[in-house]
Amino acid sequence: METLITILVGILVAAATYLILSRNLIRVILGTSLLSHAAHLLIMTMGGLKNGNVPLLGAGAPFVDALPQALILTAIVISFGVTALLLVLVYRSHQEAEKDDVAQVREVDDE
Amino acid sequence: MNTVITAIMLPFLAAVLISLLYKRLPRTRIGWFVLFVPVSLFIILARYIPAIAKGETYSYSIDWIPSYGIRFSTYLDGLSMIFALLITGVGSLVILYSIYYLSARESLHHFYIYLLLFMGAMLGVVFSDHLFVLYAFWELTSISSFLLIAFWYHRKNSRYGAQKSLLITVSGGIAMLVGFIMLFVMAESASIRELIATFPSLSNESLFLPAMILILLGAFTKSAQFPFHIWLPDAMEAPTPVSAYLHSATMVKAGIYLIARFTPIFGGDAIWFWLISGVGIFTLFWGSLNAVRQIDLKALLAFSTVSQLGLIVSLFGLGSVALSFGSSTESVIYTQATFAALFHLVNHSTFKGALFMVVGIIDHELGTRDIRKLGGLMALMPITFTIAMIGSFSMAGLPPFNGFLSKELFFAATLNIQQVDLFSLATWGWLFPVIAWIASVFTFVYCMIIVFKTFFGAYHPEKLEHHAKEAPIGMLISPIILACFVIGIFLFPNVLGDSLLRPAMTSVFPSIAQVSEQLPSISIWHGFNGPLYMTIGVIAMGVLLFRILRRWQPVYRLLPPEWSLNALYNLALVQAEERSEKITRSYMTGNLRDYALYVYLFFFITIGGGLYLTGAFSFDMSNNAQIRIYEWILVFVMMIAGVAILFAKSRLTATLLNGVLGYSIAIFFVLFRAPDLALTQLVVETVTTALFLLCFRFLPEWKKETYKRKTKVFHAIIAIATGTLVTLLALSVQSNKMFESISVYFENAYELAGGNNIVNTILGDFRAFDTMLEIVVLFIAGLGVFTLIKLKAGKEEQNIENK
Repeated sequence: METLITILVGILVAAATYLILSRNLIRVILGTSLLSHAAHLLIMTMGGLKNGNVPLLGAGAPFVDALPQALILTAIVISFGVTALLLVLVYRSHQEAEKDDVAQVREVDDE
Repeated sequence: MNTVITAIMLPFLAAVLISLLYKRLPRTRIGWFVLFVPVSLFIILARYIPAIAKGETYSYSIDWIPSYGIRFSTYLDGLSMIFALLITGVGSLVILYSIYYLSARESLHHFYIYLLLFMGAMLGVVFSDHLFVLYAFWELTSISSFLLIAFWYHRKNSRYGAQKSLLITVSGGIAMLVGFIMLFVMAESASIRELIATFPSLSNESLFLPAMILILLGAFTKSAQFPFHIWLPDAMEAPTPVSAYLHSATMVKAGIYLIARFTPIFGGDAIWFWLISGVGIFTLFWGSLNAVRQIDLKALLAFSTVSQLGLIVSLFGLGSVALSFGSSTESVIYTQATFAALFHLVNHSTFKGALFMVVGIIDHELGTRDIRKLGGLMALMPITFTIAMIGSFSMAGLPPFNGFLSKELFFAATLNIQQVDLFSLATWGWLFPVIAWIASVFTFVYCMIIVFKTFFGAYHPEKLEHHAKEAPIGMLISPIILACFVIGIFLFPNVLGDSLLRPAMTSVFPSIAQVSEQLPSISIWHGFNGPLYMTIGVIAMGVLLFRILRRWQPVYRLLPPEWSLNALYNLALVQAEERSEKITRSYMTGNLRDYALYVYLFFFITIGGGLYLTGAFSFDMSNNAQIRIYEWILVFVMMIAGVAILFAKSRLTATLLNGVLGYSIAIFFVLFRAPDLALTQLVVETVTTALFLLCFRFLPEWKKETYKRKTKVFHAIIAIATGTLVTLLALSVQSNKMFESISVYFENAYELAGGNNIVNTILGDFRAFDTMLEIVVLFIAGLGVFTLIKLKAGKEEQNIENK
């Protein structure tokens, strides 16, 4: 299972990389969003996917590892905040400069 | 012995006082206040002359940075005494001269603050015994000289000259620092006296040669030796008192001081001998050759300074040969060269100082220094003419002036060196007297140019700004005193020799016992011998060349100006700037894609290279959990969705595919028994998708990727490589579990935190700091979004303008 998920993570990272290298700003943000999905999955996998119970004390041991879950929870919220900010940034830059292309946005800055 | 510390500190103290007092002091009085400093220092130091002449030395030290062993230690012996007397003596005269030279409209307090800083730094250089303290003062002389050269900072040439001199002398200074550090590492002592006393031979050390060359670089750049002499002519943009003081009498001799001081450590080595003598004698030749072609009197004097400094440096080189003979009567003959060097050092300061002041007077009274405009000033400026003649004839090496004596000693030293059968001198030694003689002929020619082109011939009042008249007496006092020294030293050379030069010889040759007693005294008439015939030859040839100057001077124009060292320096500066700009522009493209590529490239090199080189990759599936059929399906759905985003024709499809990924991850969280994660992921994915869709309403439909096919393939390769590397890395990490998880601890959640949900206790109790800051992140993001949408600074500005 771990190996399979890791390969999936690799594919997601590859797709994210390709998107980040593109010109369109929305694609770049989609890329970062994809990358954070991959990262969350990877954290989960690295903790081990051994079968165990839900980490609620009533469920009875053995539990699955709870620490990665806490880390991912934090990461999800932060990546959401960043994505939201980036989206609004693109929206604003389009509104001001009428551009959504990386190279064109730069030209506007130079003026 | 606090006197020396006082001597170093007094100028700095006075500089601070000036900055406090200049508003209350009448402008004309500042100079008189400053004059008090070097005069009193000169008197204080002169009181030590008898004791120094008896061979006594004084040292004193206070801790500066004790944890690094850096002590502010000073040392007063014969060698530092000569320099200190020159600095304070010439300093007094220059300040007296500057009081009359500079008009009260100049920012005098700046001038004197810089000058006092320089004086203190220079005294620090000659008195310091600690290598690193010496270096600190050394750089301070560079900086204060930089400030003085650019005193008239509104002139472009001043700024250019100041920058050039700073670049060259500071590069040399840093080389010197590295050399000092090497010395320190070799001998584990930074005290020059200890180095000389306890380590008579460091020549077996591997760092000996680099240290020597680096220290010499410092000395050569400071003392304007070939090819580093180019800053000195450009430094002539400084006010004339500065040129007289810094660029003839003191700062340019700091390098010479350094050579003299380090001769006991490095002397006796063949490379030291050839470097110093060779560079010195070539600088002598090159400087005198170039001085003849100058039309600006100050530039002429600058090149003559370069040439005379070369003479002194080469004499120190010739003298260092004595150290390889040890304490014998034979070696004493060669130490005469060093004696001549010290003698000429003093002589040069007297006549060159006087000459600069004369040029300053001409410039001040007539408004030009161009020799093509000058002429026939003899009758109009008789005193100036007399001083100029004394100075020039002394520089040319004519009797009855002190330059004659030192030039005779110089010729004698070059003739003596042929008899040494060391360092392959038997084959090449004849070069020294020949080059010295040719250089002296040119020296004679340019000295005649100073006198005859300026003061003889026809007077051209129409070319001058002011009518020629004798300078005010205040300006004449200093050059007159110096001219008196020029003649006085000729008449009584042994007074100077016995009281100052002999004790200094002991400092340069500590290993040769009684070197100062064995030296013969200087005699004005030494009979018909080699040096005298050489001088007669110089005069005859010089007069001839001066007569036919017009016929051979065009020779100088044969070499195009692009071939000069200055052109090389300028080219180097321009090229360095252009090249570095080109290099920076080539990779700082301003394009997001390129920077991302650099990041990926770095990732490949460090992580991929690290994995490959350490052979850390391993693959082990034995610990894997079992895969059920619906998990297979989910994984494939995600893989397809991830890849399909790349080929999505519309952004809506892409966003929805992204949503598919997010919800699949939520399902995975359910499968992997993470209910809190699943909940959060569902909500966040929903909101994110909504946000994407909301933004699209305001954005144009996305166009097809405009990259070329080739670029796309390249990007695909990068992407696939990144994905593969991540996978390999993760697999390696999974296969090498180093230790057990610590999560068992968190299973005491109820006992420790009073909660049943382990994940929530981690977030709220065990690791609550993360959560707090995560809330802050969200808060800031919210504020950012709000600000971005609400505040429209650019547009508001426009509105104000429109109202």
